[in-house]
Amino acid sequence: MISIANVTKQYKGSAKPALDNVSLEIEKGEFVFLVGASGSGKSSLMRLMLREDVPTKGAVHVLGENLIGIPSRRVPYFRRKLGVVFQDFRLLTNKTVAQNVAFSLEVIGKSQGFIQQAVPDVLRLVGLEGKENRLPTELSGGEQQRVALARAIVNKPSILLADEPTGNLDPTTSQEIMALIERINLSGTTVIMATHDRNIVDRLQKRVVELNGGVIIRDQLGAGYQKSQTGANPIIEGGFFN
Amino acid sequence: MRAGFIFKEIIQGLKRNASMVVSVVLVTFISLTFVGTASLLQLQIGQMKNYWYDRAQVAVYMCTDVSPSDTCPQGGASADLIAAVEQRLGSPTLQPYIEKFYFENHDQAYKTFQDQFEGNAVAKYVTPEQLNETFWINLKDATKSQIITESFSGVAGVEEVRDQRTYLDQIFSILNAASIAAIAIASLMLVSAALLISTTIRLSAFSRRRELGIMRLVGASNFYIQLPFILEGVVAATIGSVLAGGAVVAIVQFFVQGYLAQQLPFTSFVGLADGLLVVPILIGAGMLLAAAASGLAIRRYLKI
Repeated sequence: MISIANVTKQYKGSAKPALDNVSLEIEKGEFVFLVGASGSGKSSLMRLMLREDVPTKGAVHVLGENLIGIPSRRVPYFRRKLGVVFQDFRLLTNKTVAQNVAFSLEVIGKSQGFIQQAVPDVLRLVGLEGKENRLPTELSGGEQQRVALARAIVNKPSILLADEPTGNLDPTTSQEIMALIERINLSGTTVIMATHDRNIVDRLQKRVVELNGGVIIRDQLGAGYQKSQTGANPIIEGGFFN
Repeated sequence: MRAGFIFKEIIQGLKRNASMVVSVVLVTFISLTFVGTASLLQLQIGQMKNYWYDRAQVAVYMCTDVSPSDTCPQGGASADLIAAVEQRLGSPTLQPYIEKFYFENHDQAYKTFQDQFEGNAVAKYVTPEQLNETFWINLKDATKSQIITESFSGVAGVEEVRDQRTYLDQIFSILNAASIAAIAIASLMLVSAALLISTTIRLSAFSRRRELGIMRLVGASNFYIQLPFILEGVVAATIGSVLAGGAVVAIVQFFVQGYLAQQLPFTSFVGLADGLLVVPILIGAGMLLAAAASGLAIRRYLKI
């Protein structure tokens, strides 16, 4: 599903690579936490999976696409199979909840009939029934993130990339959002979530990939936020192919 | 839905950058008007050259009944005088310089005149007798027209000897210089139009960067993302070029036909048909320029 092999990403003007010979395999339906300090390479890794960037060295395959060689005109079609949410929600403030979700379908050329059916469905799924015509500014942070999630999953993506989706939310709201993301995962969507939220990672006990200075220092199933925690089932220590 | 969505985006973009759009419209309008005027000038030159250059290298105009008496004291040139001139043209002294010559009588001159000034008011008032009988002479070397001029000036029955080429060359070089100046100004303005269009498009893209970011994330195709911007530039430039086309037609209709043709009835001028020929070229050029400028701008500004 996702295969990252010996990937190094060196940004121009920085001495140290953002990712240093990283290898990672993620199977269909998995739930993976990416943890690590700021600047450890979590975001760089996610950018590679989204084909926002190409690595300096190594290979990236996502959903059967070789993201190094993919022609740029095919990139948009590849991205339609992925959903993305961010810490800052990235909603259009001049559009209502329903319009925000509909927008993402309009711009990929979905029919009006499909949109009229899919938008209410997905808003019901994320628990925003009755708030279709609100503007994002009239919503709480948790509700805004629900809109972002609705937008990410309305096109039924195979993979959901979440970059600190609870970073701006209080603990209770974070839990609600996590419950939603878990439901999305249970329906078969692979979830990759970068986070700093120790409580969430500890509570969910999913696969944890820890990065430090651009290197995977831990890749553990059913683990917590820190290595000292009782992560019983290590896939490998220090990266997949090393 | 797709078309509706793109249409909505264009309208929004045009509204958002109204002042920039107006400047794009004005700059394309003025620059393309210059281009159109220059093309009309070239058409005018071509029309005159076509008509004159081939036939009228050197003309020996014979006296008519209405010729001024100081050059033609004997009135209209008699058949004898005409024959004398013809004989002289065929003489061994002049023959080496002349490629061919032919004689045009009153009726032939009248017919040519009618053809050239068809639809012009002056054609109605001219009679064959008013037009000179003429020897039209093609020289082997057009620069040696002096020989003919010297040979026939002051000869009985000859009203005037005129080297049409030097006479026309003056007009053509003035017209040519004018059209080159117009084209130079037009190209400078077209460059600024192109730069303005790309600046407008970048502004437009900047003010829509949130939408664009989301469109990229959810996988809108490049074509779909870029099309509204390109069309935005094209719409603005098209308005400008339609205005320019209108201006060119107005210039032909009101200035050339309405004023110049009245003032200078003996010259044939470009007509409405020529003006209408230029209009689609202007509109095409405007649209193409805008599409290229905004396409390049948006491609540079928006990476996938």
